[in-house]
Amino acid sequence: MTIHPMISALRKHKAGVVLIALQIALTLAIVCNAVFIIGQRIQRVNRPTGLNEQDLFLVSQQWVGAPAGDDADSIQKLDALQREDLATLRALPDVESVTPTNSLPLLNSSWNGSASINADAKLIGGNARTTYYFGDENFLRTLGLHLVAGRDFNAGDVINKGFRNTTEPGMILVTKALGDKLFPKGDALGKVIYLDGSGTPSTIIGEVERLQVPATGGWVSAFTWNATIEPVRLNANFSRYAVRARPGRLQAAMREVTPALYKANPMRVLDDDSVKSFADIRKEAYRADVGMAALMGVICLILLGVTAAGIVGLTSFWVGQRHRQIGVRRALGARKADILHYFQMENLLIAGIGAVAGVALAIGLNLLLMKHYEMDRMPVLYVLAGVAMVLALGQGAVFAPARRASNVPPVVATRAA
Amino acid sequence: MYGYYLDLALRSLRRNKVLTALMVLTIALGIGTSMTTLTVMHVLSGDPIPQKSAQLFRVRMNVFPDDRFRAGDDVPDNLARRDAEALLHDTRGDRQVAMSAGSMAVTPVQGDPQWVQARYTGAGFFPMFDVPLRYGHAWGPDDDANRARVAVISSALNEQLFGGKDSVGQTLKVGDQGLRIVGVLGEWDMNPRFYDLSNGQFGDSEDVFMPLSTAEDMKLSASGNMWCWGNSNDMQAADAPCLWLQYWVQLDTPAKVSAYRQYLGNYIALQQQAGRFHHSGQADLRDVMQWLDFKGVVPSDVRLQMWLALGFLGICLLNTVGLLLAKFLRRSGELGVRRALGASRRAIFLQCLIEAGVVGLVGGVFGLALAGLGMLLVRHQPTDYAAFIHMDLRMLLGTFVLALTSSLLAGLLPAWRAMQVAPAAAIKSN
Repeated sequence: MTIHPMISALRKHKAGVVLIALQIALTLAIVCNAVFIIGQRIQRVNRPTGLNEQDLFLVSQQWVGAPAGDDADSIQKLDALQREDLATLRALPDVESVTPTNSLPLLNSSWNGSASINADAKLIGGNARTTYYFGDENFLRTLGLHLVAGRDFNAGDVINKGFRNTTEPGMILVTKALGDKLFPKGDALGKVIYLDGSGTPSTIIGEVERLQVPATGGWVSAFTWNATIEPVRLNANFSRYAVRARPGRLQAAMREVTPALYKANPMRVLDDDSVKSFADIRKEAYRADVGMAALMGVICLILLGVTAAGIVGLTSFWVGQRHRQIGVRRALGARKADILHYFQMENLLIAGIGAVAGVALAIGLNLLLMKHYEMDRMPVLYVLAGVAMVLALGQGAVFAPARRASNVPPVVATRAA
Repeated sequence: MYGYYLDLALRSLRRNKVLTALMVLTIALGIGTSMTTLTVMHVLSGDPIPQKSAQLFRVRMNVFPDDRFRAGDDVPDNLARRDAEALLHDTRGDRQVAMSAGSMAVTPVQGDPQWVQARYTGAGFFPMFDVPLRYGHAWGPDDDANRARVAVISSALNEQLFGGKDSVGQTLKVGDQGLRIVGVLGEWDMNPRFYDLSNGQFGDSEDVFMPLSTAEDMKLSASGNMWCWGNSNDMQAADAPCLWLQYWVQLDTPAKVSAYRQYLGNYIALQQQAGRFHHSGQADLRDVMQWLDFKGVVPSDVRLQMWLALGFLGICLLNTVGLLLAKFLRRSGELGVRRALGASRRAIFLQCLIEAGVVGLVGGVFGLALAGLGMLLVRHQPTDYAAFIHMDLRMLLGTFVLALTSSLLAGLLPAWRAMQVAPAAAIKSN
């Protein structure tokens, strides 16, 4: 089969050809980028936090009528309340370990600052941004974090301080990401750093493999894995406890918490949101991403459907228009398969032109999105897959009208127009 | 004449039902998705306080000590307490308020204590933001100065604690202390919550409003962004090196706005002279809409969805152009006869456009139904703005305008091609 007669035939339908090609090009551009966005969201949702998320839950509660925490005496009273809660939770039959904490990854409630290797370094300049976690000697064990260097906190390291007090502790744990950022040679262990531009030195006593920051917004993308853990019980009129249930006993442990805490001290508020499994925290943090991915997916599917319908419509029209010519070709000896292939080739040609234009559009659109929406560069693989997809779509859509064309009997040629 | 064209259009549309349905469906899908996302954009980028948005200004300053200052850095959103108090003391605006979000446990007469969101603010807050009160009145400037134990509560909390009755004069129990209720809010729906975007950009108003000075006195904790440098024993203390207070000023005339800018410049100059810092400092004044724009209140996902939907509409239109083209040219014979019988090219063009317009209108009706469905889906999304998405009359009319214009646009090329049909050739080939 030669291409030449096909091209002359298409020249008679310039408008239709341009329309289909343009539609295919735009579809390719949009679907490629949409699928890329879906892929990125899925990747984002699936990245590990560094925690062992199984059997983990969080308890958030507020005391009623607790001391204000504005002097040493009332801070000690608050600390006593907190230690009482910790003891209560640790005594529960289905609880394995408990740590006080200010937040957890994906919780979107965070305390952030900067770490510097020089004393009194400029706060805004800093050497690395970091988030802070405050916990006791059970923090690593409860969250299931992996220590890759140095040692964990022991009970003697843990201090307590008022929530509004910003003085820095003498020893800290950092994530490997933060340690390597501050000390690129990878020798952060034992080094001294200064937090939030303070003059107080904090010694790095250990490094944690991986721990995500609590915030999930775009503004933390520069320091998603930079975390500092301080051996501190923060004292305020509210508290949070991360709790690890015994394996498989998550639901049971979660049920035990509220009555036990109320029994220990009724002067507090625990509501529906107070005891939350980490699975729920994760779901809430990423629900917008999941929603966006689903929406993109649905639009892509409809888009492909619309484009396919358009191809079916126009090709059917052409088949109708060329009814007589097809009959003549058949009468002159063309087989059914020849007619079928003719329309298939024709579609391949148009879709090919559209795909070439679409590749340019897809890359252009990606660049535009990179400029305005913090997107990454789209790998070529997506574009190639997109090209294959629109070509396949074209072939799929053209099959029915082409089959109808191939069934035009040769006798049509003899009938009067 | 138009009636006849309409009749012809309907006949033609009825003749090929599948093709017609395909066109209507395509337009409906395009219109439905576009209108859904446009409505979300329209609601999210709306003016929350149209009668005053040009007179309310967010005040921001960069008065960091020298070792924290870097030229070209963003001006921080919040003020330190010492600066906020200094500006409040000078009262250079028509009204002004320094405030913060917070939370506290309140104990009802019966039942368990509950945690509520609060706003620590000043007497100026209520007149400034046109906050309606159902019962009682706001507290006065004296109450701010005297750290009076007073509060205004939301109608929701009033419903919950006092069964919706006038609770003015009652006591709100906060821990072991009490606040005297002086007012109850009416319906106050301020979305986006422009006055403090750091605690959720959309949502209900806070439940308890009380003087900032009183909250400090009672050592209630603030929530929202807290930015500190250096060590401090109390982040909310009067001299703490921490930024956490939102500052708003009302300036009724442009002259007052420029005078206020001048005043902020002078304030910074005075701080320099006092030796607090040596850099040039920065002051920034933005009205409500500038502020919302600056803080990017419309989520980038929503913008992205809108562009996606518009791209989708574009493809749907291309599709419709193709289908209309096929449809009109298929009827070359009929059009040729009409031309031969004396119809002008203009008449053919109009006839085809009317057919396209009918498709557009029907597509618009279905599109509106789809947009309604889309809106329902958006409202069930777990976003904090979901509850505020609704379609107003403007968007409703907009749907039909969009449907009609886009279908007429889609009809232009096919109609133009149709009117070019040469009568003789068309009749002969049939």
